[in-house]
Order: sequence, then C-alpha cells, then structure tokens
Amino acid sequence: MSLEMFVQNLANGITLGSLYALIAIGYTMVYGILRLINFAHADLLMVAGYAALFGIGIFALPWWLAFLLAVVITTLLGVSIEKVAYRPLRTAPRISVLISAIGISYLLENLGIVLLGARPKSFPRPEELVWNIQIGNISFLSLTFIIPIVTILLLIAVMLVVNKTKFGIAMRAVSKDFETASLMAVDVNKIVSSTFAVGSALAAVGGIMWSMQYPQVDPLMGVFPGIKCFIAAVLGGIGSVPGAMIGGFILGMGEVMLVGFMPELSGYRDAFAFLLLILVLLFRPGGILGENEVEKV
Amino acid sequence: MDSRKNIKRVLTIATLLLAAVVLYFGNEHLTRFQARILNLSAIFVILGASMNLVIGFTGMFSLGHAGFMCIGAYTAAILTMSPESKEMIYFMEPIIPALANIHWPIIPAILAAGAVAAFFGILIGFPALRLRDDYLAIATLGFAEILRIIVTNTISITNGALGLKNIPSVKELWVYWGCAIITILVLRALINSSWGYAFKAIRDNEIAAEAMGISIFKHKLMSFGIGAFFAGVAGALMAFLITSIDPTMFRFLFTFQILLIVVVGGMGSLTGSVIAGVVVTVAMEWLRFVETDMNILGMEIPGIPGMRMVIFSILLVLVVLFYRQGLMGTREFNWDWLLDKLGAGKKDKGGKLGERA
Repeated sequence: MSLEMFVQNLANGITLGSLYALIAIGYTMVYGILRLINFAHADLLMVAGYAALFGIGIFALPWWLAFLLAVVITTLLGVSIEKVAYRPLRTAPRISVLISAIGISYLLENLGIVLLGARPKSFPRPEELVWNIQIGNISFLSLTFIIPIVTILLLIAVMLVVNKTKFGIAMRAVSKDFETASLMAVDVNKIVSSTFAVGSALAAVGGIMWSMQYPQVDPLMGVFPGIKCFIAAVLGGIGSVPGAMIGGFILGMGEVMLVGFMPELSGYRDAFAFLLLILVLLFRPGGILGENEVEKV
Repeated sequence: MDSRKNIKRVLTIATLLLAAVVLYFGNEHLTRFQARILNLSAIFVILGASMNLVIGFTGMFSLGHAGFMCIGAYTAAILTMSPESKEMIYFMEPIIPALANIHWPIIPAILAAGAVAAFFGILIGFPALRLRDDYLAIATLGFAEILRIIVTNTISITNGALGLKNIPSVKELWVYWGCAIITILVLRALINSSWGYAFKAIRDNEIAAEAMGISIFKHKLMSFGIGAFFAGVAGALMAFLITSIDPTMFRFLFTFQILLIVVVGGMGSLTGSVIAGVVVTVAMEWLRFVETDMNILGMEIPGIPGMRMVIFSILLVLVVLFYRQGLMGTREFNWDWLLDKLGAGKKDKGGKLGERA
C-alpha cells in the first residue's frame, strides 16, 4: 500500500470513527441510566438526515437553520419516544422494554418507508461546509477535518456536563442506583428525559454529518450504524463517555483498515464489528474503560 | 380419574385424525394461494414455538433465529437440488465437487437442515450463553448476521449473493403441517419433562436453579440447540415453499416477525405461539390490501407500500405496553380446561387454563 493510500485510509478511518463515537455516546448514556439498548436511537440519525434535507431542499432554509431545526425535531422525538414507549415499562422485565425499543425502531423505519419512499434521496451538501483540500498528492474533503473536530468539541461538552454540573451529578447518581437517587430528591423522570434529550441531540448531529459525508439519506440508513455504534459503546465500556469515543474510533479505524489492507476480506466488513463485540464480551465484558463490576454484598 | 384420562386420550387421537382429514381435503380443494398461506402459517408456528422455547421457557433473550433459518434453508436447498440445476445456477464459481452430485429426498433433507442448524446453534451457544439479557440479545443478533455474511461470501457453496433458484417445490399441506404438529408435540413433551422443568427454573431464577443442582450451562445449551434445530427445519420448509432463497431474506427483520408471534402469543405458552403464528401470518397476508390500490365507491385509493410493517410495529409496541402477557400468558390449552367448560367428566381436578406454565 502506498503512503497516499495509507493516509487516505487513515483519514477515512478517523472520519468514520468520529461518527461512530458521536452516536455511541448517546447509546452509552441511555444504557448507563436505564440499562436499555435504545434500538430507536439509530433511527434518529435518519430522522435528522431527512429533517435537514427537507429544511434545505424544500423550505430553502439556510443550512445552519435547517440543521438546528433538525436537531430540535430529533431531540423532541427522542424525548417523546422515552415518554411513550419506555417510561410505562420502567418496572417491567427488561425483555419487555427491549421489545418495545425494537418495535419503535421498526415503526420509525417503516413509517419512513411509507411517508418518504424507500428509495435513497441525495443530500444537498452546503457549499460553505464541503470543499476539497489538496495536501501534496492527496485530496481531502473538508468534512474529514470538520467531523472529528465537531465530535471532540461535543465530547468535551458532554464530559463537562456529566462531571461538573448538578445535572451531571444527578445523572450519575441515577445510573448508579435508581431508587436511592429518587430518595435523595432527584427527579428521576426529569433526569431520564434530559439524558434522552442529550443523546438524541448527539444522534441528530451525527445523522446530519453522516448524511453529508455519504451524501444520501434513506429510511434504513440508521440500521447498520446503529448496531455498530452500540458495539462501539460496549467496546469502550458501556456507561463510559470517553469509552464510547475510544470504542468508536477503534471500530471505525479497524473497519476501514481491514478493507484497506485486506481487500479480499471486504465482504466480511460488517462481520468484523460483531466479531470484535463477541471477543470483547467474552474476554473483557466491562469493555476497555468499563468498571470491573464487583458484586456488592 | 381414569375415565377422564381415557377421554383425553381419545380426544387427542380424534383431533390428530381430524387434522389429518382436514389436511387431506385441504390439499385437494384449497386454492394455491390459500394453501400457500396455510403452509406459511405452519412455518411460522414452528418458528414461534421454537423461539418461545428459548425466550419464553428458558428466559434467554436470543435474537439469532433468522441466522439458523438461513443455515437450514441453504442446507436443505443444496441437498435437494438436482445436479443439473446446480450446474446451471452456479455460474460465478462452480459448486464444490463434494456437493455437486448430492440429490436427497425432501424428508431427510429437512432433518439434515435441522441438524446442521443445531450444530451451529451449539457452536455459537458455547461462547454466547455465558452472556445474559441484552448482551446475549446483541451477541446472538451479531452471530446471526455473521452467519448470513458467511453464507453471502462462501460463493462456491452457497452461490453468494445471487442466492439459489429452482429448489424443489413442495406444495403438500401435510409436509408443512406434519412438521408443525411434530414440532409442537416434541416441544410439549420436552417442556413437561425434567429438562423442561429445569428450563423454567432457570428462567424464573438462575441462582436458585443452580443451587438446586441444575446445570445452568448444559440446559441453556440444550434449549438453544433445540431451538436452532427447529429454526433450521422451518428454514428448510421456507426454501421448499418459495423455491428461491438468497441471504438478504434472513435479515434481522425475520427474527422480528417471529418475536412478534412470541410476544403476541405470550412468552412461555406453546398454545399462544401456535395461535399467534397462524393469526399473525394470516393477518399479514390479509393486510396486503392496504398495500394494493383500492377502489371504494368510485374513489381510487392508492396502496401504500410498507404500511403493513407500520401496522405490525405499532401492534408490537401496543401489545408490550398494554397487554404484556400476550394472548395466553404462560398458560396452555389442555383438555381438562375444555372438559370443565363443557361440564363433562368429574370436576374434581382443578386442571384449569392457567395451571401449567
């Protein structure tokens, strides 16, 4: 492999890794607090993608306004999903909540197919954000730099919120022990709602950037990123925000490099993530940064 | 009580005979479309019941059913296709010589499909069953995807993404319903055996079950393997019903439909799975009308593609939210209940609906 090819792959890996990381943070926050794989999380990518597409394409809004509205709409949707489909099941067995999440995920996907058509639509990239950068023989898309920067800024913001604010303390308390936290005058429902809001907003940003990087949207676009980002979250240690970041990068980089170095294995690209997941679950169930759970007596 | 036992035995035999007669006449008189839906129902009954064994009776949330079906379907197809059509279909890469001239009859192929699926189930079970709850769910989902990806990529065995065509077509109702009835009888016997009690003990409280001397891992592996076996059988039947298969058929969506049947029927009730298997399949076909153009009072109403799945997703969420135990909960149909209802025989034994879980 030539140096140019390697640098190109490296850039692609970082971009994909950042996108995975951003979405994985949402998973890890929700899982940390509710112990729930929010299957619908990934479909919020699709909702944000379409909302931005319609904002720019149909309502001819400036791109920043369209993106902002897309984030707001997606956040509202994420919070309402929690209210309608997860909150009534708070005391139910975990299987019920998981099934509800799967149901909501399919509902969003199929509603997307019914309302928007199954065919992919091309996504209008705002010219202000997407241009080519030439370095030596290699040409990069500006997004190669924008996406990791946005991801890292958002990660820092989330870390600050989780570690420094009162809301963050409450959130960590709820994720440690639901009942005790509520006894300590923490409004659990409000904290859960806010967590969903933050997670959904991150998914929305991820979805918009995903649509710009691979400039098309379709109703099923969230399916594979969704599963992979959950894997990234498990990889890094579920419940840990920096872990999600690391997991996302490992997964994105690994996938791109697997295809880059061993093109004959490209058919197995999607299997790579699952294999990684199963290995992690078997040998280090807590993930890379996860706490080694010690049974309390 | 002896009289009642005899009555029950007679009733069981009579029902089976009645089923045989119905199947015989159904075979002669049903339209092809009706027969096809009935056969599809049988397949979903097998799938629902076998997934219920794993999820509802053993309490393992496994989402790998579509993968095992995929293995079963491919095994059955490769074993039964004629050497000539194999030669015709594998034009990307020829099929490996060991499989080229195999030409089995239907029934052994179905059994082999189950056996191969069970083999993969046990293989996967070894690492996966150390996990629990949603970790198990996501790992089994991952394994099912890996199986599907392997099937897509081993072109000299499975013909890759092109899939297989010209699989021998089986239309006879008795093949499908025969398999379904055998599946139910086997699973029922299993659930009421000491193994079945161990499964349910594990579901209810793993730690307590272990303390009682039940080998958790062995029983989980058994349940998982048997579930995979019947999923493989259902996959084989699916291949014979639609006569052409490709890897994309066996995506997670398929597992989702089976999960719907398990949830609607009641997790932990074979009766529920049978009822829901038939009802959901028939409803799914019947609901096709929302996807075709309609003409009501001269008004043209265009069909909405995809609407069926919307309705089914809503149904799944509603059932989980408001009707969590499904149609049957963990109850089973039994003759005692029916006889009590009819006021026949002695009423001394409280064998009501709801006694056995």
